[in-house]
Amino acid sequence: MSLAAAAVAAATTTTPPALAAVETRGFLSPTGVEIAFLLVGLVTFGAAIVTVTTRQLVHAALWLVVALGGLAVEYLLLTAEFIAWVQVLIYVGSVVVLLLFGLMLTKAPIGRSPDADSGNRWAALTVAVAAAAALVWVVVDAFRTTWIDLDGPAAGSTKATGESLFQNWVLPFEALSVLLLTALVGAIVLSRKTKTESSSPSVNSRGATGSSSSVPDSRNHPIGRKGQAEQEGAR
Amino acid sequence: MHIAYPVVLSSLLFCTGLYGVLARRNAILVLMSVELMLNAVNLNLVAFDVWLTKAAEETLHSGQALTLFTITIAAAEIGIGLAIVLAVHRNRGTADIDKLRDTAEGHETDGPGGPDEATVTTEPAAGQTEKAEATA
Repeated sequence: MSLAAAAVAAATTTTPPALAAVETRGFLSPTGVEIAFLLVGLVTFGAAIVTVTTRQLVHAALWLVVALGGLAVEYLLLTAEFIAWVQVLIYVGSVVVLLLFGLMLTKAPIGRSPDADSGNRWAALTVAVAAAAALVWVVVDAFRTTWIDLDGPAAGSTKATGESLFQNWVLPFEALSVLLLTALVGAIVLSRKTKTESSSPSVNSRGATGSSSSVPDSRNHPIGRKGQAEQEGAR
Repeated sequence: MHIAYPVVLSSLLFCTGLYGVLARRNAILVLMSVELMLNAVNLNLVAFDVWLTKAAEETLHSGQALTLFTITIAAAEIGIGLAIVLAVHRNRGTADIDKLRDTAEGHETDGPGGPDEATVTTEPAAGQTEKAEATA
């Protein structure tokens, strides 16, 4: 962020004097909202960095909570209160819990896992730093004289958001609800088995041992086959 | 507020997520990084919407509506993605995306009844279904 701030400062110093005269607001005298945004942004960015670099998988999910909560505070500072509370509800409330469930169900190791990062970490770091430099340079250069006016009524209050959502965006909203229903049904279908596959010969052995290595033994075992036949008959 | 603050933060968060997607091996960590990228896009949308709401006379609040849509689609994506990761973990026994190199299922079995062995058993499937319904 300090590099970005330096880039922003360099960009503002190269602003022509005519534009600087038009803008009464200066970059070097930040307002309180800007300072608060910068501090919360630093916390958010640091939490995001820890999320993608830590070797403890559960800690990554917990630092993701910090990053997403920091983003909710940034939405509040941008006067988008409805988005902020939706962010808290959906991301911090459900998505992170879902990720923690996923970590638990895939038997993620508790503690440091040495193979959390792949071998092409340095190539990824190069790509990410290059993309960050290019993006920051382009957006700072493009919007160096653009200011957000945060005074007056909130731009993202619940009233304004609800009115625009249900006056102008009704059809996409309803289509999105159908999409969410489809995703829900799809997730259920993906995580259950079809009926023909559920009568596979590996029911008893997998239920007993939990590993597929003992499947051929139990298939030759007569008791195992009988019990499995009974189970199929009961089904 | 200068618009460089949210936009630069959004760029940095996006590139952090990009690094995570490229460098992580666990599929769930990759999903976390995708969430970071989506949140960076959301911050961008909200910042420009707040700017354009005050700058223009009549706006549709399209930035905030699109942010809500993105959040919803991200929730759907994380549900489907976790279901896929769990199915892969049940089939292959790993969620390491560097080891998932073949596209066919049941790659390790070629005996009689081989394709059935690669599929999962009934009890874990029922448990997964309950959890999927509970978390969805």
